[in-house]
Amino acid sequence: MRKLLGIIALTVFSIILFLTAVHLRSFGSPPHAEMDKYFIEHAQKEASANNVVTSVVFDYRGFDTLGEATVLFTAVSGVLMALRHYGGRKK
Amino acid sequence: MTTVIIRTMTRILTPAILVFGSYIILHGHLTPGGGFQGGAVFASGLALLIIAFSRKRVKEMFEKVPLSVFESIGALGFLGIGLMGIVMYTFLRNFIANSGAPFGMPTPEGINPGFLNTGGTLPYLNIFVGLKVLAGLTSIVLILFLILRREENE
Repeated sequence: MRKLLGIIALTVFSIILFLTAVHLRSFGSPPHAEMDKYFIEHAQKEASANNVVTSVVFDYRGFDTLGEATVLFTAVSGVLMALRHYGGRKK
Repeated sequence: MTTVIIRTMTRILTPAILVFGSYIILHGHLTPGGGFQGGAVFASGLALLIIAFSRKRVKEMFEKVPLSVFESIGALGFLGIGLMGIVMYTFLRNFIANSGAPFGMPTPEGINPGFLNTGGTLPYLNIFVGLKVLAGLTSIVLILFLILRREENE
């Protein structure tokens, strides 16, 4: 039963992924390029940085980076919380 | 424990790795990389230091290093620069760009060799995020090392 379910799931997901891969747009022609063009043309003037990726990550979408930094903080506190107990028990 | 070869190579390589990590953090607005990547490189250098030496040496080395303070400075500095942006316009606005403050010189448009004194808030945010990432990753490695090696050495 489990094997049958696994085979069905594998087939369905493979078909979905295959159809997606077939219907991908060709490389270099995205459906909407307005935002990319805006970043490329204005990043040097507005954010005054040569590295457009950094100006997107830290300036235009800085809120997302704040979330990423919070994820790291959560990872550190999770490791501390899980292992402090282990270390204390071994003492 | 680790061999003499590993310890000697660590002594030679660690300063180079730390300098390279600092370079990636400080030049985040000019070259590929940034706070996260540079912080990870810096932390891997410190991780090499941690795994190469004995538990006692590592404890001596890292006892005086306030890693949690670094992590807090990184998070609060990032938030502080974001909130200073609110005063100007919106959260995380690049209010230092083109203003003439440190890191505030305008970038010439088009192709240019890259000038360190540009970028506005980006270098500050890179430094804070780099500090946060290196403190966080180093403290994870340090915790794993100190706690899991406990029964081996004592």
